[in-house]
Amino acid sequence: MIAKARKPLLQWLLCMLVWLAGGGAFGQLAIEERSFADAEQKARYNDLIADLRCPKCLNSNLAGSDAPIAADLRNEIHDQIMAGRSDAEILDYLVERYGEFVLYDPPLHPGTALLWFGPPVLLLLGVVIVRRMLAATGPGAAPAVLTPAEQQRLQDLLKQQSEP
Amino acid sequence: MIPELGNFALMLALGLALLQSALPLIGAANQNPTWMALGRPLSAGLFVFLLLGFGCLAYAFLHDDFSVAYVARNSNTALPVYYKFAAVWGAHEGSLLLWVLILASWGYAVSLFSQRLPLDIVARVLAVMGLITAGFLVFLLFTSNPFERLLLNTPREGTDLNPLLQDFGLTVHPPFLYMGYVGFSVAFAFAIAALLTGKLDAAWARWTRPWTNAAWAFLTIGIMLGSWWSYYELGWGGWWFWDPVENVSFMPWLVGTALIHSLAVTEKRGVFKSWTVLLALAAFSLSLLGAFIVRSGVITSVHAFAVDPERGMVLLALLLLIIGSSLLLYALRAPVVRGTATYGANSREVFLLLNNLLLVVSMATILLGTLFPLIHEAIYGEANRVSVGPPYFNAVFVPLMAILAFLLGASTFARWKKTSFAHLRQNLSLVLLASVALGVAVPLAVTGGVNPPIMLALALALWIVFGIAKDLWDKTAHRSPRLPALLGLGRSYFGMQLAHLGVAVLICGVCFTSHYSIEQDVRMSPGDELDVSGFTFRFDGVEEVPGPNYTAVRGTISVSRGGEPYMTMHPEKRTYHARGDVQTEADIDVGFFRDLFTALGDPRGDEAWVVRIHFKPFVFWIWFGALLMAGGGVLAVLDKRYRHRSIPATHPQTAAGAGAVGTAGVIQS
Amino acid sequence: MSNRAKLFLPVVFFLGMLGLLLYGLGRNPGEVPSALLNRALPAFSKPDLLDPARTVSVDDLRGGVFLVNVWATWCPPCHVEHPYLVEISGREPDVTFVGVNYKDDVEAARTFLAERGNPFKINIADVDGRLGVDLGVAGAPETFLIDATGTIRYKHVGVIDNRVWQETFVPLLAELR
Repeated sequence: MIAKARKPLLQWLLCMLVWLAGGGAFGQLAIEERSFADAEQKARYNDLIADLRCPKCLNSNLAGSDAPIAADLRNEIHDQIMAGRSDAEILDYLVERYGEFVLYDPPLHPGTALLWFGPPVLLLLGVVIVRRMLAATGPGAAPAVLTPAEQQRLQDLLKQQSEP
Repeated sequence: MIPELGNFALMLALGLALLQSALPLIGAANQNPTWMALGRPLSAGLFVFLLLGFGCLAYAFLHDDFSVAYVARNSNTALPVYYKFAAVWGAHEGSLLLWVLILASWGYAVSLFSQRLPLDIVARVLAVMGLITAGFLVFLLFTSNPFERLLLNTPREGTDLNPLLQDFGLTVHPPFLYMGYVGFSVAFAFAIAALLTGKLDAAWARWTRPWTNAAWAFLTIGIMLGSWWSYYELGWGGWWFWDPVENVSFMPWLVGTALIHSLAVTEKRGVFKSWTVLLALAAFSLSLLGAFIVRSGVITSVHAFAVDPERGMVLLALLLLIIGSSLLLYALRAPVVRGTATYGANSREVFLLLNNLLLVVSMATILLGTLFPLIHEAIYGEANRVSVGPPYFNAVFVPLMAILAFLLGASTFARWKKTSFAHLRQNLSLVLLASVALGVAVPLAVTGGVNPPIMLALALALWIVFGIAKDLWDKTAHRSPRLPALLGLGRSYFGMQLAHLGVAVLICGVCFTSHYSIEQDVRMSPGDELDVSGFTFRFDGVEEVPGPNYTAVRGTISVSRGGEPYMTMHPEKRTYHARGDVQTEADIDVGFFRDLFTALGDPRGDEAWVVRIHFKPFVFWIWFGALLMAGGGVLAVLDKRYRHRSIPATHPQTAAGAGAVGTAGVIQS
Repeated sequence: MSNRAKLFLPVVFFLGMLGLLLYGLGRNPGEVPSALLNRALPAFSKPDLLDPARTVSVDDLRGGVFLVNVWATWCPPCHVEHPYLVEISGREPDVTFVGVNYKDDVEAARTFLAERGNPFKINIADVDGRLGVDLGVAGAPETFLIDATGTIRYKHVGVIDNRVWQETFVPLLAELR
């Protein structure tokens, strides 16, 4: 949405109007018929419009937006598929015009390394920590973890509760 | 008059909340029972005045009092009465009032159901909850007052409730969601109380468990309702888009799930205390973070709540106060981990530790993905924006969940402390064999194709289900007759198995729907037919029908199966009068094994329309699985052991025990 | 790191995130940046809005500073912006104002300009929106600044009013001259 907060109210309202005119109209979506040469083309088209972001909308893909710009881009993608261009060519065409912002599937490069490598690294780190915790114990560790005092206290509490 | 009364009630509530956050805490510090005991009546008073405030706002809505700005913006005389009431929480101010009311209700519930808890603990818990309530009341009264008047030029008609919200699913979605979000404040308050006193022990874990389970069950249903609503109301046929607003509800859920499991270990075995208390703080902190993200507009989301940086600043300050101070307290007071754990590599403790690891990594992934556009922009500048959407989240999240599902099935047979591999192998080999064999054979037999993701998903689901079945069988093996023995296993146990069964059902629903849905957008003239998966859809044209506050174009689609009439469907396109918004209303035939989904597109001339027809197998299982999980949570809350009679507050053993525990590594106050 | 120090990790992490959110509050999440910044204006060939027989191409936008305004009669903010454009176009003789009438009814657009004044020296009719897509336009109004080498130097999304003009465009134009 265009709404920028530090602008005066009137301008904010105007921006809201731009957004409405530009079609953030969420809840009303693009239901349209398309013809393709074969099922593979149809699948490619559906995948592309599902994974590309509408540049004008708050947060929806090309498939889920009725904004005029989303309709234009769907037309463009459809035409390019029919003209025999590959997915990579179509994505390049859109990124050249709208930037990586339109890609819901961010490509891996130094700027997105944290995004893609963060979770596996974190998982590995967790596994290492768990292993170290286990190494500190070994399989033959003491059977009870509660200290005698803690055991006693828990017993007392439980006994107290079960007695009316 | 009534709105002023409401405003006044909120101010009184703020006063009570401030008293509740101070007096019992001072009493606990000085061991003054009278002051400590003030927590209960104060929380009751707070609840009553917030209820009064809420009632006043509802009154203003039901009586079309458009002199109240919030009512004028979110209601209309033509709005059906039910939606007038639901419109109370239809936008920022009112939903915040609902949030605060629910916060006070949880506080009041704690005061009612804490009779057997030591008074000093109750006092501290209620004080923390009072402080949080006071914070939100300040935010409500000074930045988002729902009772603000338009005295000079009162409009004669309101601008109506957002049509998207004029729907049953979305009217009940926020209350459930907030019950979940805010419910975690109880576990949070217990954790703070435990950190303050240093009594971070098995009893603390036991007290926290039912509250956590209850909040988690509400949150599960809240998220499910949101997903269900987006499925049928948005007309796109999807049910989850990884939008920031969905992500922020999912993060506390994941941590809450981890907390439920970690609390079990801490209660039963006394280990992972620092970790468990951190999760308890994190679950509510993530709820607050979610409230901030949704209400500040800091991250672009489909959910256009109040986009207002001034409110954002105040919320951020509130976050700093509540989360920052609690984490600082944690850093200063949490027990340092002892070097000697007493569980083997194959124990139930380790399985639950891995469960926690996977859930927390999943949560961190979602947090990273949600905030990443912001991080990227902060580093590379505004000119290089990136988006993170469903392809990323699915790519990272699905493998994590698959590992988790596998561990879930295996862990059923893992015992506390130590389990031999032989024991696991003996119990699991048959389960593994059966689930893999059926997981591969059933999709092959039904569809005739090899589909590895489906086979893996089905095998994992069966792995869980067969594991549950075998465990139930084993647990009653030495008893006769079996049925009474089965019933004697306890509600906690059944709650756990029911929730795990829900996971299996959910896995099936998600995977089958994603892979086997048939989606067609076609141009149809009256009389045109389309065959989809054994059903024939005939488009019979459209007609105009009036609604209470809208006019609809209503399509008629006759569905037949095998030549026999099956049903008639009526998807609509509604134009709401007050705002001129157009809203697509899908018509869905809900079935246990498949949904038929129809929606109207645009006219194409000559009475032809574009019609969306979807065949969605097993989509119901997604919500059904979530319901089973929530049901499991509720069953666990109802377990008998949480409903024993009270113990005196100043029990000598408590003090003695605490002293002894202190020497064992727990910090004492 | 000592065990106690490790317990400070959550609060440190949280404060870092708070800083990020604070940064986030000060920016506008809705503005999509132009991927074409500092790149050449894409090639195009479109009919003149006022004289359909004539064709406007990228070569007509060479050798000077151009302000390209994407507008349409269906866009309410464009109506608001229009009088201001008329006003400044008279004040800035060395900037050539170019109007791209975006996905509009051509007749309505001509009437609009005839009735409310025409700030544009060059009027381009982009009925199918292809030029808009090539420019990376997401809606209207959007305004581009093109320098003498034919390079896109700035893109503004939304209405141009006196404040935007004075704060953003005037310094930029001074730089371009």
